[in-house]
Amino acid sequence: MSPEVASAAPEADADSQFYWDGLRRHQLLVQQCARCGEHRFPALPACPACGTPGGTVVEVDARGCVYSWIVVHRALVDRFADQVPYTIVVVELEAGCRVVARLDPATAVAGDLPVLGHYVDHGDWTELRFRAA
Amino acid sequence: MTRPARAAVAGVGYSPLTRRSGRSVLTQALEACRAALDDAGLEASAVDGIASFMLLHDSVPAQAVATGLAVPGLRFAVDAQLGGQAPCYLVGLAAAAVEGGHADAVLVFRALNGRSGARVGTMAFPGPGAQYRYPIGYDAYLMYVAMWAQRFLLETGQGPEDLGAVAVAQRGWAADNARAVKRQPLSLDEYLASPLVVDPFRADDCTTEVDGACAVLVTSLERARDLRHPPASVASWAYRAGPRSGLDIGDHLLWRDYTRNYTTYLRDELFARAGVVPADVEVAEIYDCFTSTALMGLEGLGLAGRGESGGLVRSGGTALEGRLPVNTHGGLLAEGYLHGMNTVAEAALQVQGRGGPRQAPRHDVCVVTSGALMDGSALLLTTDR
Repeated sequence: MSPEVASAAPEADADSQFYWDGLRRHQLLVQQCARCGEHRFPALPACPACGTPGGTVVEVDARGCVYSWIVVHRALVDRFADQVPYTIVVVELEAGCRVVARLDPATAVAGDLPVLGHYVDHGDWTELRFRAA
Repeated sequence: MTRPARAAVAGVGYSPLTRRSGRSVLTQALEACRAALDDAGLEASAVDGIASFMLLHDSVPAQAVATGLAVPGLRFAVDAQLGGQAPCYLVGLAAAAVEGGHADAVLVFRALNGRSGARVGTMAFPGPGAQYRYPIGYDAYLMYVAMWAQRFLLETGQGPEDLGAVAVAQRGWAADNARAVKRQPLSLDEYLASPLVVDPFRADDCTTEVDGACAVLVTSLERARDLRHPPASVASWAYRAGPRSGLDIGDHLLWRDYTRNYTTYLRDELFARAGVVPADVEVAEIYDCFTSTALMGLEGLGLAGRGESGGLVRSGGTALEGRLPVNTHGGLLAEGYLHGMNTVAEAALQVQGRGGPRQAPRHDVCVVTSGALMDGSALLLTTDR
């Protein structure tokens, strides 16, 4: 496990298992609507734009811009107390959907900053993380 | 679309707001409900409806309160699994029940040991979106509101002075509110000198968690006219979840615009139903679990222009002598975090002219909101005109 993020593994569900499996293989997978073509995240059994059930799992570039961010200076949960300050970003991917992730501590955050994803392997899960592109 | 009010808030009640009540949630719920009945001048035997809300079972059901009040029975009962989106919504539902003949007198309450018991501030919200948040330390409600606030400040050209102005102004109101848990004055310099908790928020941007309860009594306008205090008419109410509202209370990844919350979406319906426009509003009680939601609500409702809410507060426009008194109880920031039930109660007090030292000089039209992000509700309370 990475010393930086001593986090509990995510609890995948039947809708999201493909996403976590993809990260394990260092692939960013999202769903795409078969009808309107929208890429979506988080995993959902239907398209939030048009309601069409199902969809295709597709790999997208882990590339986008910081839509918004926070810097946590005081951890609210004890297990992250030794990691502050840390930055959480909502990234708008070029594919159009957004993900939430940690920003690499070496990257100075700013609104609309171009960022690139990379993969951090923990014991039993893999984290998508971003740094300046 | 305009229609006359037919229901009203006739009374309000509170239990003491404390940091450690040492009492059960039910005891406090009953105390607040009895106080609201006494305030209105109604016997508990007249109650035939109760509505409340809770997060992850941090409160007691309507059934328990009905039992403790020894009401003869309930014709209307709601136990909503909601947070701060609920108070205006439940008062609206109570008004609809009264107007439709499904209830005559409805208590709407919120009760919790929100400080000494389960604390929303550090609660993990279960749901399909939880798996993406908690493993990376994106794990508190304050962080989600902060995420919206950051983009809101960026796009509207506002900053720490604007957030700070809200905290300062509301502390000013709280000085005149004996119920408020934070009454000591706060200056903008003190605010700016304090450390960031979660950028862009400092401690004074955040609500104060408390133990306590608050209740309001909703009945027909006709009946309210015969009770102890002048009615606060329910002229309009609206609930709205905007498009792509997400998977659970902590998931906002599908919401497109973090600079506009539900207030933008419900505004037109809310005002049109009462036949008023934002410029007619004389008092505003805007949900403020964090300073940014007060600013966003003012802009969303059209009470301030885009990017101008901070300036309105900084100029003193929301103080007692200002153009639009806002959060006259000190808000959830300073009075305490009863999830906005106390914000509705304060609105009723203001419309009824019972605000004491913090009474707004003009109080015929008051807007109240409940909620912070994707969904929420609002009320227009008016004097009996």
